[in-house]
Amino acid sequence: MRHVYGWLLLTPAAILLVAFTHYPAVATLAESFFSTGTAVRPSRFVGLDNYAALAADPVFWQVLRNNFWFALGTIPTSIALALLMALWVNGRLPARALVRMAYFTPTVLPMIAVANLWLYFYTPQIGLLDKVAAMFGAGSHNWLGSPDTVMGCLIAMTIWKEAGFFMIFYLAALQTLPPELGEAARIEGASRWYFFRRVTFPLLMPTTLFVLVNATINSFKLVDHLFILTKGGPDNASNLLLYYIYQVAFSFFDVAYAATLTVILLFMLGIFAVVQFQLIERRVHYR
Amino acid sequence: MNYLLSLLLALVVGSAHAQGKTELTFYYPIAVGGPLTKVIDNLVAGFEKENPNVKISSVYAGNYDDARIKALAAQKAGQPAQMSVLFSIDIYELLEQDLIVPFDDLATTAADKAWLKSFYPALMANGTYKGKVYGIPFQRSTIVMYWNKDAFKEAGLDPEKAPSNWNEMQQMAARLVKKDAGGNVTRWGVMVPSTGYAYWMFQAFARENGQDLMNAEGNRTNFAHPDVVAALEYWVNLGRKDRVMPEGTVEWGTLRQNFVEGKTAIMWHTTGNLTAVKDSAKFPFGVAMLPASKQRGSPTGGGNWYIFKKSTPAERKAAFEFIKWVTAPERAAEWSIATGYVAVSPAAYETPKLKEYVSGFPQAAVARDQLKFATPELSTFQTGRVRKALDDAIQAAITGSKSPADALKAAQAESERLLKSYK
Amino acid sequence: MTHAERVAAWLLAILWLSPLLYAFWAAFHPPAFATTFDPLAPLTLANFEKAWGYAPFPRHFLNTVILVTMVLAAQLVLCTLAAFAFARFDFAGRDVAFALVLLQLMIMPEVLIVENYRTMARLGLVDTILGIGLPYMASAFGIFLLRQTFKTIPRELEEAARVEGCSWLGVLWRVYVPLARPTYLAYALVSVSYHWNNFLWPLIVTNSVNTRPLTVGLAIFGAPESGVDWSVISAGTLMAVAPLLVAFLLFQRQFMQSFMQAGIK
Repeated sequence: MRHVYGWLLLTPAAILLVAFTHYPAVATLAESFFSTGTAVRPSRFVGLDNYAALAADPVFWQVLRNNFWFALGTIPTSIALALLMALWVNGRLPARALVRMAYFTPTVLPMIAVANLWLYFYTPQIGLLDKVAAMFGAGSHNWLGSPDTVMGCLIAMTIWKEAGFFMIFYLAALQTLPPELGEAARIEGASRWYFFRRVTFPLLMPTTLFVLVNATINSFKLVDHLFILTKGGPDNASNLLLYYIYQVAFSFFDVAYAATLTVILLFMLGIFAVVQFQLIERRVHYR
Repeated sequence: MNYLLSLLLALVVGSAHAQGKTELTFYYPIAVGGPLTKVIDNLVAGFEKENPNVKISSVYAGNYDDARIKALAAQKAGQPAQMSVLFSIDIYELLEQDLIVPFDDLATTAADKAWLKSFYPALMANGTYKGKVYGIPFQRSTIVMYWNKDAFKEAGLDPEKAPSNWNEMQQMAARLVKKDAGGNVTRWGVMVPSTGYAYWMFQAFARENGQDLMNAEGNRTNFAHPDVVAALEYWVNLGRKDRVMPEGTVEWGTLRQNFVEGKTAIMWHTTGNLTAVKDSAKFPFGVAMLPASKQRGSPTGGGNWYIFKKSTPAERKAAFEFIKWVTAPERAAEWSIATGYVAVSPAAYETPKLKEYVSGFPQAAVARDQLKFATPELSTFQTGRVRKALDDAIQAAITGSKSPADALKAAQAESERLLKSYK
Repeated sequence: MTHAERVAAWLLAILWLSPLLYAFWAAFHPPAFATTFDPLAPLTLANFEKAWGYAPFPRHFLNTVILVTMVLAAQLVLCTLAAFAFARFDFAGRDVAFALVLLQLMIMPEVLIVENYRTMARLGLVDTILGIGLPYMASAFGIFLLRQTFKTIPRELEEAARVEGCSWLGVLWRVYVPLARPTYLAYALVSVSYHWNNFLWPLIVTNSVNTRPLTVGLAIFGAPESGVDWSVISAGTLMAVAPLLVAFLLFQRQFMQSFMQAGIK
């Protein structure tokens, strides 16, 4: 009886989950083995042809590289910054509540709004960044229009948006740390850095791992800003996988190739799914 | 009870149909500045007043890409629009998906046929395929050169004379560059946008150097021709060698503000920005045809009206009536004044309103006068990908990551691969 | 905490707020002063008027409110039922099912845009607010959180309710749901924030003004091809983020507590 009840309770959610997560994932995989159908040429089975095209597509490799650099640029920095912010806000800081609010505010703004504001920052000559640079005598720079700097600019903006979000998780964890530890360390004369390195940071490891996985997933998911800032340019220097999928599917209407690209994305996310699942299990046992 | 209810329902529904209100929807894009949704709304209201049995809802869809995506998505999702303003170059995509109806089939009376022939021929090129007209010009443009007369005067140039060829533009731009005490540039000589519609700007350069970038059947491109490569080299050198243009890509959306704030003395941009520039520039400015190399030239740009197949005969007729009405000389004139787009027919320029406007603001006639040097906008099968290949090549050359020759060769190879099956 | 650290923390805070502060500056000053910082520059509300006219913000606002409410309501119901099943019923295939549910934490609907769009088209839900919300109504995150919470509720309370003759659903309604209130609150804030700010999927699913939420409206409104007028864009952006921002400022503690709670779990 409990089997029936259990499944009955689960069914409504299960239907939606299967319909919009599991089924599409499988369908996408199937789709990647066919060609795109048009009114004149119906879709047909092409085996691994789409994957061959993928391997030969320089834009795809560029996009993968971009995702890698984007992840490398945003994740460690935003986590480190988040930890720093949490430590500061958790300590004896005057106007602490205001500072905490300042750090967290970017998180409540939609990425689109953030992109609108930062587009201005980065505009050459009349933009804020160049105006400040001009005050110091430096010249104007084409921040978003130059392949060398565009990724850096996007990374900076993303760190600004995400660090506050991760700070919250660290704050929560910090507040569960027993204060006796800190007192003991002070009595023993341990330096703050020593205390942080040997006590605080290891105890925060579960949170760090959790935040790490979250940040990684976000780095694949977050493409809203590209619509406003660069549309993937110049010459795909700032293109990311999910945005490329959008372009291929909705600008070129090449559904088969978009499905193939999605399979790659799913594969990478799948790896992280496994990793996070293991972590959750471990954390549950931790407690 | 049930029977009565359904009878009542049938009566109500029947009476609604008996009223004969045809309902139409269309998507339209805006790729230039200004609160143009209001103008569209007014146009629609005007038509509805004269035709009370037609109700039209207009949907602003963003830019040309968005409009195409939305209109096609709606078609696929079964909630079609019966007509839409889409990029003039979407025609091959629409044909391939068998979505549109030729206007020749709907133009039955003599008056209709005359209307079909009343537009500028240069504007009909993009909308015609194998002799049939699928797209009617609506918001059409050419690229024009805007120049800051105060800046010219300051640099010791004649403020009434714009550069007429490539050499002149290079030399005058060099004199117009202004630097501050630290050697940083505070005003550039010329800026040509290389994001947004880079391929469109490039078509102008190519045309001026005597080359078109595609054939009329839409299945072959010409990206790697030596004169085309030379055209890209000229553009790239303006930034990298002559230093009259900023390095790296120039952003389409912020260029107008750059010009209006005096950060560049000359800008190449769509004539569709004319009214917005007029309203916000605090200095006298001129508008001229693009400078020549071997000849003058500019691509046409902008959006055409299309009628979709997924419509009932009544809807098609209503859509046809609306399109005829909204492109009639009086409305074309009104639209041109509000935006700066070219008025689509010679008759529009003969209307008193537009005649008066042009005599008081001659800049408005430049795009029209340039039509005789115009070439259709880049349009082929697989147009999205082919354009992206060219855009990427242009951006690669401008940012210096590839030489113009290499970039264009790669783009040509890519487009040949894409168009192979259409020959 | 050293003095240098304090100063650094404050400076960082100011740096962090500066984009928003800039938006305020640009929105309340005429376009000519948007890019200069003259303290004596005149204030104006004209940008807001203009932005108001460029995009139907009230409509977008309404759409967003409908969307987040609809999604939250559905999530509360569906996730409660599913979490209860996972927490208190030992049914065949439970662990496998739970693992499959957790998959959605990683593979969110917006990653599968192509297929999900097709599904919506088949269901006839393209360009409807329901179409935007449907893929999110069964939230793995919600199920996960609630399951954790339900598991911590002592069995004795459940037994007490059963003694009074409650069925399973009665037990759920009378015992579990009230005790999980903090979790519900936390989850609600997280969900509302997330869906208020969601962009890619709503962009794809909506075609018209009647269904577009604020984020999509803002993107179209600020699309660079329309030619950018900073003051107006700033004004429009502020109007779009104002409701959430004001709510955040008023309920800061709750917001942060919610996210923290969610994090601990």
